Amino acid sequence: MNNFWRVFKITFTDVIRSKWNIGFLLFFLGLAFALLHFSDNLSKALISILNVVLFIVPLMGAIMGSMYFYNSIDFIDLLLAQPLKRSSVFLGQSMGLSLGIALSYLLGIGIPFLSFGLMESADIFNFFSLLVSGVFLAVIFTAFSYMIAIFNPDKVKGIGIALLSWLVLSVVYDGLFLIYLMVFSEYPVEKHAIVIALLNPIDLARIMTMLKLDIAALLGYTGAVFKSFFGSCLGLMLSTLAMLFWAVFPFVFISRKGNKRDF
Amino acid sequence: MIEIVGLEKKFKKKSVLKGVDLKLEPGKSYAILGPNGSGKSTLIKSILGLVNPTSGNVYVDGESVKNNPNTRIDIGYMPQIAKFPANLTVRELFSLIEKLRGKKAEPDYYMKAFRMEEYLDYKLGQLSGGTVQKVSAVAALMFNPSYVILDEPTVGLDPVSRMFMKKEIKTLKKQQKTILFTSHLLTDIEDLANEVIFLLEGVVYFKGTPYELSVKTQTENLEEAIAQLFLKEGINE
Repeated sequence: MNNFWRVFKITFTDVIRSKWNIGFLLFFLGLAFALLHFSDNLSKALISILNVVLFIVPLMGAIMGSMYFYNSIDFIDLLLAQPLKRSSVFLGQSMGLSLGIALSYLLGIGIPFLSFGLMESADIFNFFSLLVSGVFLAVIFTAFSYMIAIFNPDKVKGIGIALLSWLVLSVVYDGLFLIYLMVFSEYPVEKHAIVIALLNPIDLARIMTMLKLDIAALLGYTGAVFKSFFGSCLGLMLSTLAMLFWAVFPFVFISRKGNKRDF
Repeated sequence: MIEIVGLEKKFKKKSVLKGVDLKLEPGKSYAILGPNGSGKSTLIKSILGLVNPTSGNVYVDGESVKNNPNTRIDIGYMPQIAKFPANLTVRELFSLIEKLRGKKAEPDYYMKAFRMEEYLDYKLGQLSGGTVQKVSAVAALMFNPSYVILDEPTVGLDPVSRMFMKKEIKTLKKQQKTILFTSHLLTDIEDLANEVIFLLEGVVYFKGTPYELSVKTQTENLEEAIAQLFLKEGINE
């Protein structure tokens, strides 16, 4: 086992035992069990839980990513004083943290749906889409927020920027997107709309899951455009690539900045 | 031997170290002193490779520390503020450090000396500040390193542990280890330091034995000598 895996393993162990992460797991367990209990079928529960996932998972990632970095800065000092590469420390820690949070989400959603007969249901692929989108969001926002922290020695500023990024991508971005669509409603802006959606991982996750759930009609004409694009092979490939890009680029910057930053 | 050559460090426009040259020899212990902001921590962190120098270099046994993690294989480091992942046990922490170093550790002797064997399976978040400080000391010393860097090593320790720590530093010196430490406790400096390195505004203002310091400052004891160093420069700390 190399040093990257050792740091990864120890961070992962620390995160899955943390009260915050256990709280996160219990929240999704409670929510999913409640929704499944009160819904007639899995589809309805899936749709209900989608919006919570799109809101809470990135928020949890944004908080945990930056907080964990700042709280472990003295431990990072100690790790960096050991004979190991800096990239092993930062990549091991950020990936261990991201996957620890993603695991809580997976279990929090997975256990209730499995116990309510998911395997025998026709919604299994829709559920899988929600699961994958949520895991991507957990990894993306945790890593993104860790990256923000590594660039900002000031704790208050770092956490502030991480939360602001979450607010912009989860709320403000859509508001601006809507204004744009309304102002330019007389112009053919559909292609622009697709590009704009590709630039926001939360929108991407929402669209990908909604298309699977076949409720794109709720998005109106734009939904039809999205459906024809994201439903196509090219669209699926591009959206997956965009998600992968969002998941990979924070780690690239974490490694680069980690090699240069003074501690 | 640790050799520091023309070490300069700037944080944005502020120069913290302005051309520090030092040689730290085996079998000696060095106390770094200086007012806040004089560059003590930056100097220690430069030796450990935690801070990238603006110019100059640090050599450990002739090897540059720049992008060279191997130079840290024989350095034990005890930070001033020890903070470990709260949900790990002491045993897990020691095991991690042992694996990262790829060197057999011997924590039992130190765990016994610090009277903390019972804490091995405690989570680090459950320990008191003083006990965490002892864990940090064990983590620094358990590999029998040739170089030991200690940032305020006796702060937060109970009297028995403090006595052991001081005794251990003296033993390490006899074993030809190089010890570099910072302390605000003059009794520690008096008891442990072969040489005093006084940093002021990023330069080595004085380096020599406590006796040489007394001669230079024309004082009779270390306390007065250090006070003189601070007062001559109008430093109030």
